[in-house]
Amino acid sequence: MSTTTTGSAGKVQVAKPTVASHINDYWGRVRGGDLGSLAAVLGLLVLCLFFGVAQPDTFFSALNFSNLFSQGAAVVFIAMGLVFVLLLGEIDLSAGYASGVAGAVMAVLLTNHGWSWYTAIPAALVTGLVIGFVLGFLVAKIGIPSFVVTLAAFLAFQGVLLVLLGGGTNISIQDDFVKDLANSNMSVSVSWIVAILGIAGFAATQFIRVRSRASRGLVTDPLGIVLGRIVGVALVVLIATAILSQERAINPAINSLKGVPVVVPILAVAAIIWTFVLSRTTYGRHVYAVGGNAEAARRAGIPVDRIRISVFVIGSFMAAIGGIIAASRQSSVDPRSGGSNVLLYAVAAAVIGGTSLFGGKGRIIDAVIGGTVIAVIDNGMGLMGFSSGQKFMFTGVVLLLAAGVDALSRRRAAATGNR
Amino acid sequence: MAANPILELRGIDKSFGPVQVLHDVGLSVYPGEVTALVGDNGAGKSTLVKCVSGIYSIDAGTVTFEGNQVAVHSPRDASALGIEVVYQDLALCDNLDIVQNMFLGREKTRGITLDEPTMEQMAGDTLASLSVRTVKSLRQLVASLSGGQRQTVAIAKAVLWNSRVVILDEPTAALGVAQTAQVLELVRRLADNGLGVVLISHNMNDVFAVSDRIAALYLGRTAAQVKATDVTHSQVVELITAGRSGNLGLPPEKPSEYIDITPGDDQ
Repeated sequence: MSTTTTGSAGKVQVAKPTVASHINDYWGRVRGGDLGSLAAVLGLLVLCLFFGVAQPDTFFSALNFSNLFSQGAAVVFIAMGLVFVLLLGEIDLSAGYASGVAGAVMAVLLTNHGWSWYTAIPAALVTGLVIGFVLGFLVAKIGIPSFVVTLAAFLAFQGVLLVLLGGGTNISIQDDFVKDLANSNMSVSVSWIVAILGIAGFAATQFIRVRSRASRGLVTDPLGIVLGRIVGVALVVLIATAILSQERAINPAINSLKGVPVVVPILAVAAIIWTFVLSRTTYGRHVYAVGGNAEAARRAGIPVDRIRISVFVIGSFMAAIGGIIAASRQSSVDPRSGGSNVLLYAVAAAVIGGTSLFGGKGRIIDAVIGGTVIAVIDNGMGLMGFSSGQKFMFTGVVLLLAAGVDALSRRRAAATGNR
Repeated sequence: MAANPILELRGIDKSFGPVQVLHDVGLSVYPGEVTALVGDNGAGKSTLVKCVSGIYSIDAGTVTFEGNQVAVHSPRDASALGIEVVYQDLALCDNLDIVQNMFLGREKTRGITLDEPTMEQMAGDTLASLSVRTVKSLRQLVASLSGGQRQTVAIAKAVLWNSRVVILDEPTAALGVAQTAQVLELVRRLADNGLGVVLISHNMNDVFAVSDRIAALYLGRTAAQVKATDVTHSQVVELITAGRSGNLGLPPEKPSEYIDITPGDDQ
């Protein structure tokens, strides 16, 4: 590297990054096998172009764009929780039915027992926490492989769901608050306010970080890269808000449909909270450490067992939120809630987004990007008139592709000493 | 050169069930000196280190640290005293960067968030004190470092906490020639900074290159602890393989210590 300017980190001289060196480093990491979300983002662009060309009228309509969010939301919530589990190199095969059970707990309490939403939703969330604790305890303290524990739970929760629903009846949800979670939109003005606040918050955190590092004399990301990041995020948010602010009802006179779906800010808040936890807290650092080298973590005094239990708790808690959103979208819960493709879509979302199945590598945004890919495939193929069978086959291939990229990039990384 | 040892072990016994691994072992570590701990496989080097670092408890004997008798029951006790061990397999997380590894398990926080600037600064200062002047970035993943650089990070991690005694378990075992030289230089610098350094090694060249004192273990006993300048290469090898060399080392075994296993006449 021919960089001559140096900055200091403490007293150690390190190369001061420029925009060019930053891009160079990124490209070097990609070539070295650290793809991150690049494959998923490129795949998403290709898929959008393909479906856009195949179904120009419907795929790119504002109505379909907003449908993507409500269709994908539940899976993305579950996938966010799975990122934590996957970071330790574990797996949770029961997340789908755990979401179904939590949704059923809420529906039964609301409809059969007359509870209100502010008690039924916490009850569903607590259900998720308890499920996660039991799974995590069996894995960490008893030492049963997570694959077996959660496979057993997969079957058991299917049974719990049937019992809760009294042998297979469909329980509908009447509560307006719960139904609005996945089905209503914010007004256009509120949408814009939330969007602008979000962008301002993002820009502020970026600048504060640069300022606090610069004031200590540490190297900072070059200004060009920081500005590029902010402008990129702002463009995506503003364009999405603009599209969603348009009238998208087929007959606006009867039922006007415009504004950002309520579920979008909920997703954003969850993504921000968990990203913060993973990247800015001691707990998150320890999750990565245990996923990277459990023995090293143990010697560093990190309570490995407690971390292991906690990721299952977070996983099932997020599954419970996913279950609530799914129940809200359908306004009902039935014995197939959380079954069928939900689990595989959630695992696929995390893996396609760039979270490694081998542990130690992954981010919350992976779940969002991967979940978008899954939602686009499901939605686009639906519009083109493919059957469920064909959709499953294609999604299966995409998951294998993502897992293959993960495995190959790991080998490449080992060869280039990048991991 | 200080006259009093910073860490002194006396009469350490350790058994695993019926097998006594350490018999009456003594070791003195002086500040500002490198004490090499040598011995053949199974001589008890690793067991002794694990006793000092609190992973194993000792059956008998005393540990004296800076003149006070101490009891080390857990790795946490050892780090509280300022005793750090750099294990052979390094115990670094490949998926974390240099700073994150150096502070693993002891992260600096401000409120609930990690205090990254402080950690980065402290890590930089520590590396600089070890004369590691150029790294591409302190935010480089450990996975992308060479073997010697990893060893450097592991050692820097051990000295970050104002440690007084650093024990290095075979730090050069997996390294090439140039990297070995770098790491040995670093080991020497630790001692020059006033720390007590224990270097466990099989490599006589390494031992003579950096150590001031040599302690040899033979079948769980201290064969000898001598100044490196007082002995020759071959004397140390004899101490390791036979437990004695000339008038150094363990006394010759008395005939009574032999157990006669030759077939007897009473059959």
